[in-house]
Amino acid sequence: MNWKRYERASDLNGALTLLDRAEGTGRVIAGGTDLVLQLGQRQKSAELLVDVTGIDELRGLCASGAWIRIGAAVTHREAAASGLLREEAAVLAEGCGMVGSPQIRNIATLMGNVITAQPAADAAVPLTALGAELRVVSAAGERWVPLEEAYRGVGESAIDATREVATEIRFRRPGAGAKTRFFRLARRKALALPVLNGAVCLWRDGDAGRIREARIALGPVAARPFRARQAEACLTSDRITAALLEEAARLAAGEATPRTSLIRGSEEYRRAMIRLYLTRTLWEMLDIG
Amino acid sequence: MDHGVKIRMKVNGQWREAETTPDRLLIDLLREEFGFTGTKKGCGEGECGACTVILNGRPLLACLIPAAKAEGADILTVEGLTPEQGLHPIQQAFQDEGAVQCGYCTPGMVMTAKALIDENPSPTEAEIKRAISGNICRCTGYTKIVAAIVRGAALLRGEAATTPAGVDRERVPQLPPVGPG
Repeated sequence: MNWKRYERASDLNGALTLLDRAEGTGRVIAGGTDLVLQLGQRQKSAELLVDVTGIDELRGLCASGAWIRIGAAVTHREAAASGLLREEAAVLAEGCGMVGSPQIRNIATLMGNVITAQPAADAAVPLTALGAELRVVSAAGERWVPLEEAYRGVGESAIDATREVATEIRFRRPGAGAKTRFFRLARRKALALPVLNGAVCLWRDGDAGRIREARIALGPVAARPFRARQAEACLTSDRITAALLEEAARLAAGEATPRTSLIRGSEEYRRAMIRLYLTRTLWEMLDIG
Repeated sequence: MDHGVKIRMKVNGQWREAETTPDRLLIDLLREEFGFTGTKKGCGEGECGACTVILNGRPLLACLIPAAKAEGADILTVEGLTPEQGLHPIQQAFQDEGAVQCGYCTPGMVMTAKALIDENPSPTEAEIKRAISGNICRCTGYTKIVAAIVRGAALLRGEAATTPAGVDRERVPQLPPVGPG
């Protein structure tokens, strides 16, 4: 016997009440594509599962003022197909289109991709580059958690799904001057976890002007989606040259901490791939040549 | 039964109800309580796609869904696709193209193809490959499966398939009859 009760909450207060009464033995479930396996393998436990995907206020994906808001029940399929994301934050639509398989993307949520806390997560890496934050609600109140602080370790979220409901992801709309791009290296083109993935967001003054801000997120090259801050600082420059891009990619390969892995290759290979893929991506984004 | 719960869902057009444990998975409910054994359990870990069913219009993996999550849902399995007489055009196309070897992946492939064609009646080869990227076949190498889905889509559009089927039955060598030594 695994979980003993399965409740589908129809509103947020109902979900919080169920968790509160369960005193730590309940757990939030959304798409469940990771959680059902983890429960089956006894990596996680729960007496009560509280399904939040039927809560109306968690279903939206929309622009609201300066923000894009994504409810906790929004699936990767919905995000990958979203006209808003394709237009304003293509990097996220592209990453969401690579998660799992079509069947997984039809039910698995972006919030789950964050809460499951895997450093390779194809939605969480672009969300990291976009500077996303999570709204987390519990009986005790409400808080906003920057994505980079939502991790305790590999597979370990800072959100306590036995007592808290993460309701929404939001990030600032990148705006008209922004360019974003996702890249990914895997052993097959489908249904394969990435050896390397990355998300780059660049803000420029005009089409050929200086780079005002750069954000680079990489996975799985550290215990969580990783911001390559030295590379970002290097790119923030008036003079955009091939040498500058190569230097930024070299810095990113140096500051990431991939380990030698039987699945993903040696540390040296993985650093070389960061350098190669980042150079290539920046090159394409900046149209140098 | 301890902690028995009643779960109700519409499967292949008919409402069905089962009393079961709260942690039952949809795949097991479909196969063991409702008798729809056409849906296969392959890896049981959401990797292979053999358990694909169409739930509220979308292809999903029955091995990863708690049955209670599917309470009230409208589910189509391969049995619901098959008409009283003969085969569904997608099934016919799989047969015509020889897209079946061991057959274990076939129900999942067919359901994925059905969901694709419902949404996109004229899928390109690239769209088909992307759609079936979550369905693993370890026998055929996919060429015939893709051809079958192209053909099935054409049949469903009411067109004669544009290319002859991959299998020409006249030319399949016949084994000599087995007789007493």
